Amino acid sequence: MTHVIEAAGLCKHFQARHGMFGSRGVVRAVDDISFAIEPGRTLGVVGESGCGKTTTAKLVLGLEAPTEGSIRFEGQDLRTMDATGRRHYRKSVQAVFQDPFASLSPRMRVGDIIAEPLITNEDVPAPEVRRRIAELLDLVGLPARAADLFPHEFSGGQRQRIAIARALALSPKLVVLDEPVSALDVSIRAQILNLLRDLQERLGLAYLFIAHDLAAVAHMSHTIVVMYLGKIVEMGDAHTLIRTPKHPYTEALFSAALPNHPDERRDEIILPGEVPSPLNPPSGCRFHPRCPHAMQQCGQQEPALAMVENRFVACHLY
Amino acid sequence: MNQPLLVLDNLSTHYVSAQGTRVVRAVDDVSLQVNAGETIGIVGESGSGKSTLALSLLRVLPTAARIVSGSIWFEGEDLVRKSDAEMRHIRGKRMAMILQDPMASLNPLFTIGNQVAEPIRVHEGAGRANAWQRAKQLLKAVRIPAPETRITQYPHEMSGGMRQRIVGAIGIACEPRLLIADEPTTSLDLTIQAQYLNLLRELQREHGLALIFITHNLGIVAKMCDRLVVMYAGRVVETGPVSRIFNAPAHPYTRALLSSIPRMSDSRQRLTAIEGQPPDLSHLPRGCAFAARCPSAFDRCHAEPPPEFPLEADRTARCWLANVAMQGAA
Repeated sequence: MTHVIEAAGLCKHFQARHGMFGSRGVVRAVDDISFAIEPGRTLGVVGESGCGKTTTAKLVLGLEAPTEGSIRFEGQDLRTMDATGRRHYRKSVQAVFQDPFASLSPRMRVGDIIAEPLITNEDVPAPEVRRRIAELLDLVGLPARAADLFPHEFSGGQRQRIAIARALALSPKLVVLDEPVSALDVSIRAQILNLLRDLQERLGLAYLFIAHDLAAVAHMSHTIVVMYLGKIVEMGDAHTLIRTPKHPYTEALFSAALPNHPDERRDEIILPGEVPSPLNPPSGCRFHPRCPHAMQQCGQQEPALAMVENRFVACHLY
Repeated sequence: MNQPLLVLDNLSTHYVSAQGTRVVRAVDDVSLQVNAGETIGIVGESGSGKSTLALSLLRVLPTAARIVSGSIWFEGEDLVRKSDAEMRHIRGKRMAMILQDPMASLNPLFTIGNQVAEPIRVHEGAGRANAWQRAKQLLKAVRIPAPETRITQYPHEMSGGMRQRIVGAIGIACEPRLLIADEPTTSLDLTIQAQYLNLLRELQREHGLALIFITHNLGIVAKMCDRLVVMYAGRVVETGPVSRIFNAPAHPYTRALLSSIPRMSDSRQRLTAIEGQPPDLSHLPRGCAFAARCPSAFDRCHAEPPPEFPLEADRTARCWLANVAMQGAA
């Protein structure tokens, strides 16, 4: 099967300056990462602040240009695409963001919010637009009369449904979901996660799912990528990774996830210290100062991603 | 002698609009108990009244809010009857609070040492040098590396996890009996959250604190708490020991909440979603507030709000069905 999206050796470096006259530095927000997503599949990205997951989303959405490396959309390299190709790409890759209170204009009616991408991108006649709005609202489980109301008349969960309807207006192939449920109430989250799963099955959508809630990522994803300071440390089938994490960071991260039940006893691995500044990442393996298994080699040589027991791991232990 | 540390008796806190036309029953008829050294989790969604409840305990409510009835017995004294001046001697000394956002709790213009020493100077009248010395010990207690240098630094020089630990140090500065933590780890990363929760547990053990966790996260409750209080639309719908509630929830809302949460171990099955929305607190339905979303609701639920039924020892549920179940068992 051809991939919807394929990233190879993707890098995004930002110039940073410390203070007004301070020394210049380079933040390697995303450093040489590769992944691919097939139609109808979900790639989950997990990691803590500063690991580069949001930058990855921006690169995929075309909101940032990569410093190095390539993104291919349906086999075509974005760098060599002509204007028509790029327009098609931008229509095919849509996003749903975390905060549905910030991502919907309070001055627009819901119908206009959903229709905006149709009107700006495609020359759709008015009656057809109305039909599409009704269809999209129905798809996300909202009544047709919602089109005439304003966002403030809806609750958080309903607003997120509106944001999803807007993202689907142009029949995209890939939807980037950046923390789509973390701003919602607990009792509403399951509704939205179920809706996203149903839509994926019905429309064959590919998802790039970013969240800090590990259980939600585990629930939604086919493949999981674990990032640390701009690098992929482990990548593989969601089940395999959750059952048998190999990288010490993945292991510690999953063990820090909160239990489902008070009787559940887990061997928690409490990592010392905090994530170092990406401006000045540790030498060698970026995780070595916090790693319980660090060896001498780890501080000197950066481990490469290698296949270990059905998944990719970047660690000198294997 | 085994008197509970804190007893809430039918406490109600309402928000009243300026014209007095709109009344939001944020906390309605809440009764609960906290014993010394115990950890209680208060769980609910936004608008369930859990944060207003915490603010009521410390009597730091916004001006529109009023404690309209009930009492708060803390170490044998009713806090509702205390004057503001008396409350100032209780807050920060016998009872302290940790808030969600450590950057908002710390003053950016004062050094860490100043802020950690402040409650010691205010409540215990300690001198500057003495308080500073104590502050250094407190920073060590909350595992701040190199406390000698950190103590002279400012909040912006710390990471999020460190700031939250400093807020914790201020909280325990005067050795309070009760520490209220309102979503203390929501702004922290996962591995830092794990560090922080373990730290709180150690501090609790060392100082014999009672802890109240206000959270929407049942995972925190499962990890940390002895007893659970579930709130919905301003009322307590279920209370009891954590593991008993997780094993056999008595209220349909608790049951639905527990089964709607994705689990690390589960395969990609559908989640059991709770349909509908929480009700508007200024227009609460006549009957049970959860009835409209409840899969087992029947006529009586819509007509009449259920009282709190005692179940087995130490457990209550505000549900007509819980009552039926008890009668069936008896």
